[in-house]
Amino acid sequence: MNVITVNQVQDSIVDEFSVFDDWMDKYNLLIDMGKDIPAIDPKFKTRDFLIEGCQSKVWLHPEFRGKKIYFTADSDAIITKGIVGLLIRVFSGRTPDEIISAELYFIDKIGLRQNLSPTRSNGLLSMVRQIKLYAMAYKAKMS
Amino acid sequence: MKNIADIRSDFPILSTKVYGKPLIYFDNGATTQKPRCVIDSLNEVFTSYNANIHRGVHLLSDKASEEYEKAREKVRSFINAGKREEIIFTSGTTGSINAVAFSFGERFIKKGDEIVISNLEHHANIVPWQMMCERKDAKLRIIPVNDNGEIILEEYYKLLSPKTRLVAVTQVSNALGTMLPVRQIIETAHGMNIPVLVDGAQGVQHGITDVRGLNCDFYVFSGHKIYGPTGIGVLYGVEKWLAELPPYQGGGDMVENVTFEKTTYNELPFRFEAGTMNFPAAIGLGTALDYVLSIGRDNIQKMEQELLDYATKRLSSIDSLKIYGNSNSKISTISFLLKDIHQYDTGMILDKLGIAIRTGTHCAQPVMDRLGISGTVRASMCFYNTKEEIDVLATGIEKVISMFS
Repeated sequence: MNVITVNQVQDSIVDEFSVFDDWMDKYNLLIDMGKDIPAIDPKFKTRDFLIEGCQSKVWLHPEFRGKKIYFTADSDAIITKGIVGLLIRVFSGRTPDEIISAELYFIDKIGLRQNLSPTRSNGLLSMVRQIKLYAMAYKAKMS
Repeated sequence: MKNIADIRSDFPILSTKVYGKPLIYFDNGATTQKPRCVIDSLNEVFTSYNANIHRGVHLLSDKASEEYEKAREKVRSFINAGKREEIIFTSGTTGSINAVAFSFGERFIKKGDEIVISNLEHHANIVPWQMMCERKDAKLRIIPVNDNGEIILEEYYKLLSPKTRLVAVTQVSNALGTMLPVRQIIETAHGMNIPVLVDGAQGVQHGITDVRGLNCDFYVFSGHKIYGPTGIGVLYGVEKWLAELPPYQGGGDMVENVTFEKTTYNELPFRFEAGTMNFPAAIGLGTALDYVLSIGRDNIQKMEQELLDYATKRLSSIDSLKIYGNSNSKISTISFLLKDIHQYDTGMILDKLGIAIRTGTHCAQPVMDRLGISGTVRASMCFYNTKEEIDVLATGIEKVISMFS
């Protein structure tokens, strides 16, 4: 049973970012978060798990255990790693239904979207789309 | 000569602030900012004489057509072309190259023929030739580059053969800033009766281009990279070639007589200008060229050389910074990477400091592959930039290094 909901995680991320006014500090936070993301097994750093649409490379690997999906990831750029880390905090260890129905508002609330260039913003959206696609695929397999 | 403060005040956007910090615009290789006179000239078209060119019998159409043709004459004189018939307006460099690749391909390319380009080309001077080669079963040959980012002329000489139909090279590498020895490239090709197209997108704004002096067969560039509006470009072609080429696109204004049985085409340059042209942008480009001449192209060269020398020295003094493209012959562009820091991370932080630079492959993936890197950070400067801005960039880079190490 999930005691902490998707939205509770989103809210705590928003809180953590709201401490800082300056975007340099927010970036420092993102950089730190990138260091803590669940590391992807190097054997999954292949084309199959590469997310297209970012200027930097992002690999995202899903694992389905006990009806939940667990994500691991990596990126060659540190800020991107922080961003994918945030998504993993929100989505990893959740059921496909939770992931499919989740509405992401933290990205706008912490100002990530408007503070990232469009290409990067697209990369962010590609990551979210990929996570949701994995959830749909696992859901289809379950039924 | 105008001082730098006066020059900067000609460009309204340069006093903009981003994230509360003064904008430092080092992305001139992507597009340049516009002086007030160019903005005013666009405004003037729309507020006082907007009407379709070459069509109406009425006063406004006449005036718009006249201004459009004046702009053509300004372009002709700016690049020292022989005749106005040799100046064709297009949508930009990409549009110009596609037009030549299509028309030249249709007329002259057969199976087994070869086109020579360099390893330094922008995708716009690669893909249209690849498409043409695919259509015609022809082959693309590539002039290799050395570790400094310069083409290897001896290898170029070896590539030329009786199969070579055209050489298409850039005047200046957009990714590294290297100036190519186009004069030698042209002389050698002409020795074998091979025509040469020069992509001037990164060259025309940084020096004095004389197409007759160079003796190139085609020369192309974009308006927006030389302080003019977007959506306008130039295709210069010597008359003897243009006269041989079939039109690229069909439509209004490019025709002489149309029946359902047969259409005959208009004369040069109109044969290559189908549909309503972007005449406001062409007029704006004419104004931009006037502006460049008013600053003086020799002055621009001098100012930009000083910026390049200063920036090269200043950035080289940063330990973990490596410059890519170390030719002695460069425009004021510096492509670099910081040790162990992704170019995108560098770009994101510099952006927050108000510094606009470009990151990535710069639409020139083959040269990145050649250098074994996934991209660079590119600071492309022009005459309205200052040494103080370079100092801010250097300080910003130090900050990036401290954040990511």
